[in-house]
Amino acid sequence: MSDPADIGLWGVPLAMLGGAIRVSTPFLFVSLGECLTERSGRMNLGLEGTLIFGAMAGYAAAYHSGSAWFGVLAAGFAGMWFGLFHGWVCRFKGVNDIAMGIALMLLGMGLAFFFGKPYIQPVAPDLPAISLGWWSDIPQVEAALRVNVLFIIGAVLALAMAWMFRATRIGLKVRVVGDSTAAARAIGFNPDLVRLWSTAAGGALAGVGGAYLSLYYPGSWNEGISSGQGLMAIALVIFARWNPINCFWAALLFGGAGALGPALQSVGVSSGYYLFFAAPYILTLILLIATSSPDRALKGAPSELSITK
Amino acid sequence: MSMQFGDFKALDNVTLRVKAGSFHALLGENGAGKSTLVKCIMGFQAPTQGGLLVGRREARIKDPVDAQKLGLGMVYQHFTLVPSLTGKENLVIARADAPHVIDWRAETARLEEFLARMPFQAPLDRPVTDLSAGEKQRLEILKQLYLGSRFLILDEPTSVLTPNEADEVLTHVRALCQEGGLSVLMITHKFREVDQFADHVSVLRRGKLAGSARVGELSNAELTRMMIGEEFTPQETQRTKTGTHVMLNLRAASAPDQSGLKTIKIEDLKVHAGEILGIAGVSGNGQKDLMEILTGQKKLSTGAIEVDGKPYCANREESQAAQIRFVPEEPLQNACAARMSVAENLGFRNFDRTRNGGWKLLANKADLQAQGMRLIEEFNIKTTSAHSPVGVLSGGNVQRTVLARELSGDVKVLVVANPCFGLDVASVTAIRSRLIAARNRGVAVLLISEDLDEILELSDRLMVMYEGKVAFEAQTRQTTSSEVGTYMAGG
Repeated sequence: MSDPADIGLWGVPLAMLGGAIRVSTPFLFVSLGECLTERSGRMNLGLEGTLIFGAMAGYAAAYHSGSAWFGVLAAGFAGMWFGLFHGWVCRFKGVNDIAMGIALMLLGMGLAFFFGKPYIQPVAPDLPAISLGWWSDIPQVEAALRVNVLFIIGAVLALAMAWMFRATRIGLKVRVVGDSTAAARAIGFNPDLVRLWSTAAGGALAGVGGAYLSLYYPGSWNEGISSGQGLMAIALVIFARWNPINCFWAALLFGGAGALGPALQSVGVSSGYYLFFAAPYILTLILLIATSSPDRALKGAPSELSITK
Repeated sequence: MSMQFGDFKALDNVTLRVKAGSFHALLGENGAGKSTLVKCIMGFQAPTQGGLLVGRREARIKDPVDAQKLGLGMVYQHFTLVPSLTGKENLVIARADAPHVIDWRAETARLEEFLARMPFQAPLDRPVTDLSAGEKQRLEILKQLYLGSRFLILDEPTSVLTPNEADEVLTHVRALCQEGGLSVLMITHKFREVDQFADHVSVLRRGKLAGSARVGELSNAELTRMMIGEEFTPQETQRTKTGTHVMLNLRAASAPDQSGLKTIKIEDLKVHAGEILGIAGVSGNGQKDLMEILTGQKKLSTGAIEVDGKPYCANREESQAAQIRFVPEEPLQNACAARMSVAENLGFRNFDRTRNGGWKLLANKADLQAQGMRLIEEFNIKTTSAHSPVGVLSGGNVQRTVLARELSGDVKVLVVANPCFGLDVASVTAIRSRLIAARNRGVAVLLISEDLDEILELSDRLMVMYEGKVAFEAQTRQTTSSEVGTYMAGG
């Protein structure tokens, strides 16, 4: 690799693109998971905790087994158990899924910090990346287009989920349950069971998102690893109007916003450093305000969701 | 096909036989046990005694899926189509043998072939939320036929349709019965539908079968007697002359509708003192938005509201000052706090006011209680005590409670939406006579209703809303239900 070519301010959008791809993956996985869960008519705010626990579990499993992919599996498995637990508790009468979700978020974080202490020092294997920038000899372009396999899996998953909601029995089942419990019962579906498994699958996806954090970018386990990405991903689902494809684009947008700070720093803009790092949080607020309206109901929201009821 | 039920709380030894290929009407007041009966048939509830014979065989139905397998289907009063799914998706997913991966091209072809054999159609490509009530109702019936139902229960199928739509749907259903492929049990309140479409009629009263006969053997008066147990004479209402003073005036008003895509536009709507202005229309044509504009839940983009000649901005202070009152539809959700007591609900308008209209900090329990007792007495609200939560009252008594609150004190304008929806005959009569009495006292009443018969009975003047606009206006006495129905359907 030669010296970094001088491409001036072009470095900013390029670094943001690369950053978007790098940073967006956990957003993508968590939002796809939440999208599935919410489409079945349940909220899971606990995905932030699941994400962090997944990051810890993935890192630990990869360290002990020596295989990063084993770590991803372990993280998904751990996330699934969180989802199952949430789904199981929420089926009881009088349990509020939002309160339960917050409790689960704190539980996941606590457990992750507790079990994760010994793994802050050791180094676990990284997930592989694919170089899609081989055609260019500009190192910044190459760097920006080093794409992790999980990002590609996430993109494919978004398409697959959109297809599932449209053209499979199971996808329609999830939509029916999310839209009308009464209609689901009349058809003969068991809404509790559908929600239980949607929540479990959503948790598993969030766990995988966590594994990406600790095994690829930033690539190590520490307690501040998520910095609220799980919660932002939940807001992102609302912005994406519960559509998996939109979740993909929204995740990229959020990733890009997250990369704004480092990108500006790389070209030497250092004033307002913390402000630029806050870009994703500000973006979350702006988008949620801009896409809401006092007069009109949220279109596309599953009507069994406790926040839209 | 015959059915037998044994005794249990809501149903007392009711036996009902529906012959193959017949159109059987089931009449009864609210709470007479009609819905319990059909819920037992469909497997939502298990009867404590008795059983069900389908064909000549004993049938055990644990849930609606079993019922579907036996060819029993039901079209509910509140639609069970999934709102965000398209017609097509609704039909396919309701099938017990829906494939794991749905080949939409093949399914569409099969559905089109199925529709070609049916006497009526419904749009399949749009989400159900975008369909009109008539389209939804047709789609519900098509769904049952598509699922292979041979016995169909219709629960007040025409309550949300225009008269013309209702006639059309029922004519088609009757045609299907006559072909012999279908038997129908229709729950209804409307004698006209029984006379015109049914072959047999059974009447339920307080969980017992009050009578059963071929249509035509019994007169409507006899049917009414069976239903409510006493002679029912529709009273010719006394009306005073309408005033000329404009009480409520909505000018050049426009606002976005619920979806935010269309606009509600009302050029000129005036209600005079001592007049009932009826707003007819099929649900979803902007009546709800009109109500929200008047209650202040929705902001006007242009135009203005005037009450008694003064501008009015629809907040609590102004509505108290202007003496405009509201009875929204579904009063338990929209005008009551279900867990608070009847007395507290009755005091919502004045709990923070002293007798001469000033503010006070603490509500006086004794005053509220006394006022509650007085209004319960005056408006004949049936409740165990003024302390019981309003949520446990029957629909008719909830409506009486709200009316009592809204009509007490000085009232200039009363805005009412669907006041009698889902209520029994006795409550309907009581509530309608209250409205007439208020009108005769000089109150300007704006009555928004989806029940055309109610509009024709009560209003002095009527308007039809269609797609957010006033499509027709007439003096009630100078128009006919078919003319109004045509405008309701957009003609």
